[in-house]
Amino acid sequence: MLLGPALVVSAVLFTLGVAGVLLRRNAIVIFMCVELMLNAVNLTFVALAQRIGVAGHVFVFFVMAVAAAEAAVGLAIILAVFRHRESVDLRDIDLLKG
Amino acid sequence: MTPVTVAFWGVSAVAVATAVMCITRRNPVASALYLIGTLFSVAVLFVLLDAQFIGVLQVLVYAGAIMVVFLFVIMLLNLGRGGPGDMKGPVGIATAVLLASGLLLQFRVLRQAAPPEAIRLPEGALVALQRERGVVGAVAGPLFGEYVIPFEITSMLLLAALVGAVVLAKRRL
Repeated sequence: MLLGPALVVSAVLFTLGVAGVLLRRNAIVIFMCVELMLNAVNLTFVALAQRIGVAGHVFVFFVMAVAAAEAAVGLAIILAVFRHRESVDLRDIDLLKG
Repeated sequence: MTPVTVAFWGVSAVAVATAVMCITRRNPVASALYLIGTLFSVAVLFVLLDAQFIGVLQVLVYAGAIMVVFLFVIMLLNLGRGGPGDMKGPVGIATAVLLASGLLLQFRVLRQAAPPEAIRLPEGALVALQRERGVVGAVAGPLFGEYVIPFEITSMLLLAALVGAVVLAKRRL
């Protein structure tokens, strides 16, 4: 049974994703870190499915569908922002700053 | 240590190492390629955790489709050059310390993590189900039975995302 180790690995991957989202300034890299966090959660679902039932696999299926939709819309937003600002650096996108 | 455990820790080490490389590289293309490494390693972990179908989906959907979209946008915006490093300084160190202490707390809890007795299945129940109904059938049964309404709503979500992406990315409608 690999439940404990799998949960530990997914915690590490999730924390790395959070660190990337908080520290990086490139919008596309931040998006990739969000995908990393979603993957860590998927790993948790699959690990727990071994003891709780196959519903965990079904949830991973839904998470993947949502991640695909999120990537498509998010990258379209980045494209639209890039067209206005000529940059994907979050330091340049400060319209709401006083 | 069974062979499966050894493989699990080896692949986990690769996954964590490539994830670290992914968030530290300055060049977005390098980040994307390391992320593909992480996604592949996680797919192997899925297979080791008796989720073969999900592992295949992971390679096809994540490492295939989603990462191609990412690389395509990087190419479209011409972001192939590395920017300035942005993970240094006191803010970076403070964030790292905070997250690391949170992670240590999680390790303490996760070491003896187990699902509650009331909903726990007997050891090997999932493998028995997969042997009985097939690896794909075990997922497809609940997906098209118990969870058919969320499944149908997913189609609406994907349609909305499709339309939204076209509207957002189009210069002029």
